[in-house]
Amino acid sequence: MSDSPIAVEHAEGLQHHFSNMEQQRDAASLGMWVFLATEIMFFGGMFCAYLIYRYWYFNEFAAGSRSLDIWLGTINTAVLICSSLTVALGVRAAQMGKRKLLVMLLLFTLVFGFAFLGIKGVEWYDKYKEHHIPGAQFNADDLVRDYPQIHIDQRHEQIYFSLYFAMTGLHALHMIIGIGIFAYLTFFAWRGRYTGGYYNPVEIGGLYWHFVDIVWIYLFPLLYLIDRKPLR
Amino acid sequence: MATAVVQHERENYLNQGSGVRSWLLTVDHKRIALLYLASITFFFFIGGFFALLIRLELLTPAGDLVQADTYNKLFTMHGQVMIFFFLIPSIPAVLGNFLIPLMIGAKDLAFPRINLLSWYLYIIAGIMYLHCLLTGGVDTGWTFYTPFSSVFSNTKVIEAGLAIFVAGFSSILTGLNFVVTIHRMRAPGMTWSRLPLFVWSHYATSIIQLLGTPVLAITLVLVVFERAFHLGIFDPRVGGDPLLFQHLFWFYSHPAVYIMILPAMGVVSEIVPCFSRKRVFGYEFVAMASIGIAVIGFLVWAHHMFVAGISLYSALVFSLLSYLVAVPSAIKVFNWTATMYKGSITFSTPMLYAFGFIGLFTMGGLTGLFLACLGIDPHVHDTYFIIAHFHYIMVGGAVMGYLGGMHFWWPKISGRLYPESWGRLAALIVFLGFNLTFFPQFILGYLGMPRRYWQYPPEFQVLNVLSTAGSTILAVGYILPMVYFLWSMRYGRIAPDNPWGAAGLEWKTSSPPPTFNFEEPPVVTWEAYNYEHIPAPEEVSVER
Amino acid sequence: MFDNFPLWPVQGSAGAAGVDALYVFLVALSAFMSAAIFTMILVFAVKYRRQKGVEAEQIEGSRELEITWSVIPLGIFLFIFAWGAFIYFKERTPPHTATEVYVVAKQWMWKLQHEEGQREINELHVPVGRDVKLIMTSQDVIHSFYVPAFRVKQDVLPGRYTNLWFHATRAGTYHLFCSQYCGTQHSGMIGQVVVMEPAQYEAWLSGGTPGGAVSLAASGKTLFAELGCTTCHRSDTQGRGPNLEGVFGKPVMLEDGRVVSADENYIRESILTPAAKVVKGFKPIMPVFQGLVSDEQLNALVAFVKSLSQPQPGQGTSQAAAQEQKVQ
Repeated sequence: MSDSPIAVEHAEGLQHHFSNMEQQRDAASLGMWVFLATEIMFFGGMFCAYLIYRYWYFNEFAAGSRSLDIWLGTINTAVLICSSLTVALGVRAAQMGKRKLLVMLLLFTLVFGFAFLGIKGVEWYDKYKEHHIPGAQFNADDLVRDYPQIHIDQRHEQIYFSLYFAMTGLHALHMIIGIGIFAYLTFFAWRGRYTGGYYNPVEIGGLYWHFVDIVWIYLFPLLYLIDRKPLR
Repeated sequence: MATAVVQHERENYLNQGSGVRSWLLTVDHKRIALLYLASITFFFFIGGFFALLIRLELLTPAGDLVQADTYNKLFTMHGQVMIFFFLIPSIPAVLGNFLIPLMIGAKDLAFPRINLLSWYLYIIAGIMYLHCLLTGGVDTGWTFYTPFSSVFSNTKVIEAGLAIFVAGFSSILTGLNFVVTIHRMRAPGMTWSRLPLFVWSHYATSIIQLLGTPVLAITLVLVVFERAFHLGIFDPRVGGDPLLFQHLFWFYSHPAVYIMILPAMGVVSEIVPCFSRKRVFGYEFVAMASIGIAVIGFLVWAHHMFVAGISLYSALVFSLLSYLVAVPSAIKVFNWTATMYKGSITFSTPMLYAFGFIGLFTMGGLTGLFLACLGIDPHVHDTYFIIAHFHYIMVGGAVMGYLGGMHFWWPKISGRLYPESWGRLAALIVFLGFNLTFFPQFILGYLGMPRRYWQYPPEFQVLNVLSTAGSTILAVGYILPMVYFLWSMRYGRIAPDNPWGAAGLEWKTSSPPPTFNFEEPPVVTWEAYNYEHIPAPEEVSVER
Repeated sequence: MFDNFPLWPVQGSAGAAGVDALYVFLVALSAFMSAAIFTMILVFAVKYRRQKGVEAEQIEGSRELEITWSVIPLGIFLFIFAWGAFIYFKERTPPHTATEVYVVAKQWMWKLQHEEGQREINELHVPVGRDVKLIMTSQDVIHSFYVPAFRVKQDVLPGRYTNLWFHATRAGTYHLFCSQYCGTQHSGMIGQVVVMEPAQYEAWLSGGTPGGAVSLAASGKTLFAELGCTTCHRSDTQGRGPNLEGVFGKPVMLEDGRVVSADENYIRESILTPAAKVVKGFKPIMPVFQGLVSDEQLNALVAFVKSLSQPQPGQGTSQAAAQEQKVQ
């Protein structure tokens, strides 16, 4: 690491290449926003594939969507929204210098994050049991049976589930990274690093978490709510 | 400028801190630039070696040097190495990293540790790719078209795809760093309209890196999933669409070519005014042209797919847009030429490379007009015409820009002067070798020789022999700078702060710069390229 | 075209000259622009080389010049675009009366089926002066059918048909290349297009198979019966499946309200995955033939269904087409 030659009065946490805390904060925030833009493009490619195949194979997408557990999906959505609340409150707590409150809120966020992943694991296991995981064992006979009045091509059904696993899988990966980030933040919050004067890491970590939440807000209706009206 | 001050004994970023750890754990943007320089040079020679093997095989119509499968791997890996491990990082990761903080008067980039992470991601990607290469390689063509890559190829597609995926993140993080740095770290008085055009170019490049690379990333992920888990996203046997792959792939890979050329244009925008001793003609237009290229460049991708099976109407739209993107490039060429008008011109090595760039980029860009043309493209698509076109731009353009920049800033980077006569000789050899290699390929392409052909009908042999001859000359031209740059680090003359009498904040600090770039943070009150106030150097440029 | 150092391939088709004309224009334009830039750089470099006592003149720019050299190139580009688009449209719109040849590409060969029934591998015989349309699909990866002498190229995709057409104007033998990388023997997947004078072509047609070849549509008809299609697709309205007479080329109303055009891809899809598009008023009970018919058999079935829409069904259409074209 470099050694700062001249001792300048400098705020705690100010990195040597910045002139002042405001510049550091601005740079970090801009950096996180720019990074989130790249994440939008990353997920965007998959959303694009999803849109095209849903337009072509609507029936299969609808049937696949109905086979997902809407209650688990809804609970997960609520879990994530609550977690975003705890994150936002946590940023506020950090701003106000309330260490204990901050730590508690961050811990709740972690709990919600784990809950989300746990429920997702249950859903995936259900898919495994139902033979809806694409590959050699894939079998959508149950869907064909359950929905005789719409025409289901099992090959196209596989595409729905491929996208389901790719999209929820990538989202879950981002959740895991988010949990890692928040574990880091919780630890250092507990150590008292974040004060009213320096809470930017909590803020930009929060941005990342909110983004992952918003991706789910899109995934949920696109994957779970394609066509839930009762069949004729 | 004054000579003979023994500057190499002053503390600078090279001698402050020694030992492997101080280099491998550095967060100094200048050291990271050198780490990149070493790594990309290594990959350049690997990619170049593959190119030589390809050209040797093509000396004769029959496939007699290597087997067909080997040849297919050679052109695939030549393309992947050159694009992802050389060209895309090259100027941004070496010159951009080194110069952007200096040019804007900052102490470092906004995120020095992320900068180091970028390099490590590049190295990890490089190791993954080398492993793939050494354990069998990949033969899908650098374009990875499905279903060949996802279902039929028997080679290490997953490894290569994942390696490039990681390299993509290196590129994204570099772009992120540059954008935030340029927005937030400019010295007092360094307004947007005083920024050097090199910085504008890198800003535009970074936008593309940020918005385009993630799409390549997800596309590669989907191909890897398809191959590993038999998901049917691009597999027609399961109702998937191979054209969807092409759209997603080219959505990145077309803007990627602008990632490769914009930085080189930025280099030329610095060199030409310096060796004409006058400001750039039409500064705002050149700056805006960079942004224009970046934006419109995102809208033209399907011009790679005119015969792929897209609709007539799609083709019309993409052809029209492709003509639009040619306009800002043309503007730049005219502006550089106009900059020379009534200048005071010297023929230093960097300037020779700049001339070469302008000429060859113009030719390459003009042949782009052929390709955007719906009447011509069906005939020349997937032939040597395309190969010639993109090599004119990427090698005649980007690599010459890179070399020009390396020569221009070498004194700043190393504190030494390279031998000028050798520099000019190498530039000439590169120019001649390049044209002999690639001009015949335009003719070959229009005659109908398809690309990626291990063997070919005998009537194409003469042009192929010419091309191979040129490639050997080109190789010499590339080896020379390596040799004399290394030589100069020990035996080259000590460089003054500003051997070229160039404008720009980087020249106001020592050669090489101190770790923190400036003794005092600069305050800028002048526009870029204020050559009326900078005296031309008396010596240096015409010395051995 | 210089015989010893040709700069472009022989012009073997009606469209080739148009492509070459545009090419020559672009070459001339590029040569002119390159020469202009090179000359200017050279002239400036010499005229304004550094001289003692002569200072550079600091010129900011000129808005007028910038606009001029943006607008004029843009105008030229738009002209090129329009010219090219015009050629492209013609080149991609096969005439209705074209003789059809079905092409199946596979790693690493071209399989061709003439309407009259002849099969060829890596060779395509066609007569001079006839519009020929290729209906192509791939059995595996993407290939591309490229005949430099005709200036035509079209990618050949798995899972669907793509078309390419040409009008050969000169007898001779021309290269056929695969121009989309497709694996090990990509560069070996080459052949030739043999263009013959009409009389010789007729001789070739009838000389091939002893007893005369069975036309593609006729073999399709046989297959249609063998596979049991006649059970549901009857020539009246009593069938469980739609009557296929006159269907080809017309719009079809589907169960879900969409209207699609019954082209080759539609027929092919209806055989392989019938449930994808169910005709209005019919139930989705047609069996799936994916995996049960080869690409060649599919081509025969498609040709048969097409023949049910032609004014003179049953006869080889080559003669009818030749007559129509003579009239035009």
